[in-house]
Amino acid sequence: MNSTSTRSLQTIILILIALGVIALALGGFLSPLSRIILNPIISTQTWIASRYQAVMDLVRSPQDIARLRQENAQLRAENSRLQTQIVELQQQLAETNILSALVGFARANPENRYQAAAVIARDPSPFLKYVIINRGSDHGLRRGMPVVTQQGLVGRIAAVTAGGARVQLITDPASTVNVRIEPSQSPAVLTGSISGELSLDMIPQNADIQVGNLVLTSGLGGSYPPNILVGQVAGVRSRDQDVFQRAVIQPLVDFDQLEIVLVITNFTPVEIGPLLPTPQVAQP
Amino acid sequence: MTPTSRFLLPRTLATLMALPVLSGLMLLQTSLVSRFVLLQGTSDLVLLAIIAWALQKRVESAWQWGLIGGLIYSIASALPIGASFAGYLPAVALALTLRRRVWRVPLLAMFVTTLFGTLFFHAISYLTLIIVRDPLPLVEAFNLITLPSLVLNLLLAIPVYALISDLARWLYPEVLEV
Repeated sequence: MNSTSTRSLQTIILILIALGVIALALGGFLSPLSRIILNPIISTQTWIASRYQAVMDLVRSPQDIARLRQENAQLRAENSRLQTQIVELQQQLAETNILSALVGFARANPENRYQAAAVIARDPSPFLKYVIINRGSDHGLRRGMPVVTQQGLVGRIAAVTAGGARVQLITDPASTVNVRIEPSQSPAVLTGSISGELSLDMIPQNADIQVGNLVLTSGLGGSYPPNILVGQVAGVRSRDQDVFQRAVIQPLVDFDQLEIVLVITNFTPVEIGPLLPTPQVAQP
Repeated sequence: MTPTSRFLLPRTLATLMALPVLSGLMLLQTSLVSRFVLLQGTSDLVLLAIIAWALQKRVESAWQWGLIGGLIYSIASALPIGASFAGYLPAVALALTLRRRVWRVPLLAMFVTTLFGTLFFHAISYLTLIIVRDPLPLVEAFNLITLPSLVLNLLLAIPVYALISDLARWLYPEVLEV
């Protein structure tokens, strides 16, 4: 009985001591003591943990390098795939922009029917300004049909095969287009040149031509439909001794960047050759 | 394989090779090279390939390559038919002449033939166009087209010669004498 009560008393005393220590710790009275005891332990644990980590890094590093290399290769492949996708999407966006502009042009000019075609090649001879498009007689194209973009006149079809056509640009040295100058309504003849420049000839001397005037097809001669925009007057050369004025034209179409064009398919050029007067041969 | 067939097979193959090689070069020229313009001049890959082929010492199908090149050019270009033949075949003749005379310096022969071949081809093109179409200003044509084209052709002469030499070595392997 005595031993039992003694043990109970010891237990109570121990509990009271423990509670006392806890109360002292909670009250912050044991902090200096705990710092003295814990600091060496923490330092030792830190040292052991860092050494352990270093050893484990050494053990795992070959696996990590292989894994990182694999991840790197995968990311590089993914990156190049995304780059390709970006380029493709940019190309599609550019094409869509061109096509939407062409659709807008076609809607603004409902009197004409159009066939869209892509420019796929240029003439190998530097003396000639021709392009080749990817639509031909199978798509209803015929020789002489005018070719335009949303900016203005490009040229006309010079030769056709089943799946392609050759377009003579208005910048070709042999190209001539009958035009009129707005707002004076003066007639003129637009010619190409070796340098790719466009010039106006046969402008009457009394015509009032200013820089910035618009140049449109007149429809005379039957080679092109009227009222297709060609360009703007960039300079006028008028001399008293000349019969006609001349002018330099800034084309609205960028002929170096032609990608997609529209062929006006409901226009049939008129062959006026037989109607032109032939020189009379003197009869003996 | 008989000795005759061993002799004829490379020749036939060499002639037939002109079709894919020159067609491929023409496609490259019309779709890509013609966009790289110096003033108004462009290089002529087909002319360069024909000249480089004619300068290879074991090649015997230079005239065939000239004819096939002229035919392909006629199909691709709006230049009047015949002008390309008249421009290419003299270049082949010049290349064959130089091959016999300056065979030790093939690159020099390549440059000389490119120089005169380009000038002759442009002269033929110019004459044909002023006969068939409208007159062209001579000085402007020379300054804006011929001279820049000449520069581009001379620049491309060495790479084209190297490629065609590889092709010739493949078709006509060196015979080892024991």
